[in-house]
Amino acid sequence: MKDATTLAVRPLPLAAARKADAHGYGRWLAIALVLLLLPRVPGLNGDFGHSLLSQMGIAAVFALSYNMLLGQTGLLSFGHAVYFGLGGYAAIHLMRAINHGLSIPMPFVPLAGAASGLLFGILFGAVSTRRAGTIFALISLGIGELVYASTFMLPGLFGGEEGITANRTRAPALFGLKLGSQLEVYYVIAVWALIAGILMHAFTRTPLGRMCNAVRDNPERAEFIGYNTQHVRFFAFAFAGLFAGLAGGLHAINYEIVAADAISAQRSGTVLLMAYMGGITQFAGPVVGAIALTWLQTSLSAYTGAWLLYLGLFFMAIILFAPSGLVGLIAMHRAIVRTRAFGSVLVAYLVALVPALVMGAGAVLLIEMCFRVSTEAERGTAMRLLGVALDAASPWPWVGAAALLVVGFAGFRATWPRVASAWSRATDEATSRRATATQGAPG
Amino acid sequence: MSTTSSLSAAAPGTPSLELSGVQKSFGSTLIIRGVSFDVRRGERLAIIGPNGAGKSTLFNLISGRLRPTKGSIRLNGEEIAGASPYRVNRRGLSRSFQVTNIFPRLSVFENIRCSVLWSLGYRYNFWRRADRLADANERTEETLEQIRMTARRDTPAGVLTYAEQRALEIGITIAGGASVILLDEPTAGMSRSEADHAVELIRAISQGRTLVMVEHDMSVVFNLADRIAVLVYGELIAADTPSRIRENPAVQTAYLGAAAHA
Repeated sequence: MKDATTLAVRPLPLAAARKADAHGYGRWLAIALVLLLLPRVPGLNGDFGHSLLSQMGIAAVFALSYNMLLGQTGLLSFGHAVYFGLGGYAAIHLMRAINHGLSIPMPFVPLAGAASGLLFGILFGAVSTRRAGTIFALISLGIGELVYASTFMLPGLFGGEEGITANRTRAPALFGLKLGSQLEVYYVIAVWALIAGILMHAFTRTPLGRMCNAVRDNPERAEFIGYNTQHVRFFAFAFAGLFAGLAGGLHAINYEIVAADAISAQRSGTVLLMAYMGGITQFAGPVVGAIALTWLQTSLSAYTGAWLLYLGLFFMAIILFAPSGLVGLIAMHRAIVRTRAFGSVLVAYLVALVPALVMGAGAVLLIEMCFRVSTEAERGTAMRLLGVALDAASPWPWVGAAALLVVGFAGFRATWPRVASAWSRATDEATSRRATATQGAPG
Repeated sequence: MSTTSSLSAAAPGTPSLELSGVQKSFGSTLIIRGVSFDVRRGERLAIIGPNGAGKSTLFNLISGRLRPTKGSIRLNGEEIAGASPYRVNRRGLSRSFQVTNIFPRLSVFENIRCSVLWSLGYRYNFWRRADRLADANERTEETLEQIRMTARRDTPAGVLTYAEQRALEIGITIAGGASVILLDEPTAGMSRSEADHAVELIRAISQGRTLVMVEHDMSVVFNLADRIAVLVYGELIAADTPSRIRENPAVQTAYLGAAAHA
């Protein structure tokens, strides 16, 4: 009805909106297709691949929920795992009840996690969202420690360090789904992740979602256009709790165990890393960060014991050189990808990549030798790194590694101006093109 | 409750804004020393006075940013002294700021649309698409046209020029349809031609509303105001028509004379 009248008055914008909608549905459909086919891709089509994809899906929902606070409302939380963990506990208790005869199919269990996350989001949000900024961050840290400590004080509810276990296969089947294989678990996670992604994306476009951005940008002004910023923060917090709880419920199904680590400060820290790494200014950023970090955690840890150090260095590099994250880095290039100078940008990148790799190789050699000598002394000093056999007891590998690092750094410094000049030529070209385009366009 | 057109709620003849005996002290220092004045419906009142006279403090008291130590402030007959900024805004008063106060990462369009949402009753709605709210989007487009920013609608507000940001500042202030508008130095830092443009804008947007403004630029003040109030050291020393204010000897010594010597 309303649409019909608008159509008569302003046909163009609505048609444009419809077209944008169709584009949006197409994008979600494409994502659904990718999620459907991913477990068939070579390399991901085994149990390890399915388990990795399942973890990525859980992490993606969790990181997206975190970004409802950080990226969209400007709330830095150090305790978001509380809602993940409490969602997980609610789900695992429901799974136990199902194991004891309650007739609910397992794929619905994450809803209990979501309900729990929402409930505790409302409860703790009412306290913590009264303030923003540093005070909010500190309260979130305090609540995180409080809830973590209580898992050990209430062993009946939280199972202490061992946690609570359940069996996902002892349950009524849904569409023949018994959750016996990791592939079936993956599909349950994928469906929930898709639903959660669509809902969280839709939230950003609602009046409340837009006001979250306004409160992030300028809370004071938001008060002078009629909004109680405490309420806006509170609603964002409750919804973020809901989706974190949903992720916790997926975690419960995936691992069939929820323990205190689900609530830990470390998990709260990891989700912050994921969101930042992927980029908090773009909706898809946290998803990319979740995928990248989960992959690094599982694959890097297979190669080296010093993987956490690499993770830390990688994170620092992002914060320092690409504060808008991996997706932000890609988005930066979207403006210049059609310029003629873009080719020279790519060439400059390739030129700068050579010394960067040399520098990286030097750093890796030094880190690995340090790690071997200091932490893994029992394995001896003879080692094989980057395809080269060497002995960390001899000074020459150290000298060589240091030389690689220094030469690589010098070379990188020397090639960087070329990147910078190519970049500025490309952006200048893009800017002047945009200027002519807007001048040419009517109205 | 949420409608900002509280005109009908008040009895005819009630002033839009009434201050009586308003005082504000910070610690033991009295900044506003008992200010009383009325602003009639549809009137354009300019508040002038030397630096440090308390003009901005007075605006902060009226708009809810500060709580008066003593006295009463009535908006369309309702007491608002000490109410929070969002409550004052919901009752139909909207203000702009001397230092540009916008949403820098939102587009120009979003800046304006955010400021119409509450007045149209969308509040904390999370089940409707903002792009589908025909009334909100229409009101936004109208405001964009009024402030002549339609061409810049998709630009992030943070990268606008200073004059454009000042215009957006006014747009955010008026978009919600408030019946009483407070403008804090709307032409501060503008060139002559930009200020002339701003005067036309202010004249247009104040049609059918009550306007109170603090302004240093005397040509803007005498151009726009129906009445001028002079604030000196936290006290109102005169409130009259522009021509009588110009001739008022007390005002001349306290303010205009000082400005002429400077």
